[in-house]
Amino acid sequence: MVDVESVSKRYGRLNAVSGVTFSVKEGEILGLLGPNGAGKTTLMRIITGYLPATSGAVRVGGLDAFDHALKVKRRTGYLPEIPPLYNDMTVASFLRYVCELKGIPRKRRSECVAAAMEKAGVAAVAGRLVGNLSRGFKQRVGLAQALLGDPPLLILDEPTVGMDPRQIIEIRRLIQSLRGSHTVIFSSHIITEVSAVCERVVILNRGRVLAEGTHEELVKLAEGKGGDGAKREPRQWESTESLYARASGLENVFLRLTADDAQDDDGGGDAVE
Amino acid sequence: MSKTFAIYRKELKTLFVSPLAYVVMGVFLGLTGYFFALILFNTREASMRYVFGNMAIILLLISPLMTMRAFAEEHRTGTDELLMTTPVTLWQIVLGKYFAVLTLFAAMLALSAEFPAILFRFGDPDLGPILGGYAGLLLMGAAFVAVGLFASSLTNNQMVAGIVAFGILLLLWLIEWAAGALGMASTKVFEALSILRHYNDFEKGVVDTVHVYYYFALVFLFLFLSIRSLETRRW
Repeated sequence: MVDVESVSKRYGRLNAVSGVTFSVKEGEILGLLGPNGAGKTTLMRIITGYLPATSGAVRVGGLDAFDHALKVKRRTGYLPEIPPLYNDMTVASFLRYVCELKGIPRKRRSECVAAAMEKAGVAAVAGRLVGNLSRGFKQRVGLAQALLGDPPLLILDEPTVGMDPRQIIEIRRLIQSLRGSHTVIFSSHIITEVSAVCERVVILNRGRVLAEGTHEELVKLAEGKGGDGAKREPRQWESTESLYARASGLENVFLRLTADDAQDDDGGGDAVE
Repeated sequence: MSKTFAIYRKELKTLFVSPLAYVVMGVFLGLTGYFFALILFNTREASMRYVFGNMAIILLLISPLMTMRAFAEEHRTGTDELLMTTPVTLWQIVLGKYFAVLTLFAAMLALSAEFPAILFRFGDPDLGPILGGYAGLLLMGAAFVAVGLFASSLTNNQMVAGIVAFGILLLLWLIEWAAGALGMASTKVFEALSILRHYNDFEKGVVDTVHVYYYFALVFLFLFLSIRSLETRRW
């Protein structure tokens, strides 16, 4: 569904993303994991066509994201890092406006808005001004906007930022419920979140892919390198369904990889929650 | 087309929900009324000619305030990321915003029709120059708005957008002055570029297509530049 081929992005002299390659299969949930400033947002902006890549190419459903920008945008729902909201509109009128921008036919608009509000859990605040909502609700309105029209590809940049634990669990469940029917690329710097939701994980640091694979593959990879990540028997915690046990495994992978990558980079420290 | 209209409606709503539209219209009508009364008492002539000249200057001063929000605010709040990642073209975005501000501008001009209405009630003014004057102001306003949108597309700071728009407009207004300084050969060129020079004929009730073309060209040029600037912003 999404093929990212040696994509690089330079801002002046800063290499925000360098030579990133990965692909996402249809119906898969992919997690982009990395410390703050790893290039997750830049990469997502390139995939959605908001930013052009300095070099490399992104294909969505076989179409180049830059040459066929409109076609690709039509099948993509995107929640940017900062939810793009107009504070002087009500939740419902904002979502109707986005329906119009997405070209959803008039007849289907009310139905689409209702469905997205229901999924994102903002139906209760439909008539309130966006500017007066709490941060968690704003984030959810942003998510509702991305879900409008049920696009096959969803790109969610840190969707659970600013939410309370209950809301985080709801959003995780929502994303998990999309598995199979939607392709989701989802970024986070919170390891438990990525390991709870995603089938495959791409670990980014300083604009480069450090590792890519399923949860189990990544743990094996880290073990191959030895060190404290390998001390635990994989079978022990693979058999445990508990979220916490899974997370601590991936935590070790992450710490190992980002530590190998750059000793002087303390960005990995604050990325673990 | 329907997306342009959607953006147009949303922008218009934003303009009229905020106090800005009413303050701008109030200030414009207040000042115009002041000039109208002064000129009427001094000349005792049922004509809008001198009033139009003053209106043009007020419009030059306040139109940057109407356009400075357009793109700068989207850039500041990050909502441009929504516009640029939904299947909407830059032309649809720019035209939607352009016509929304132009509608506010036209509404403001329409409200100022109270002044010629007073003349018609108590006197017998010439209709031609009044219609010509309004056509000229509307065309000039169309150019002002396009320049303002371009300035707003450059920045994420509304103040900067307003000041840049004002600078460009004032330069186009006074560009004639360069004609004298740079010798006879350039006179025609500078006169041809002047917003003011092209406006003068309208006040006399003469609608020359050359002037109409000039304003249309200016509108097209600055809308095109807005699109280029929005495109390159993301590079």
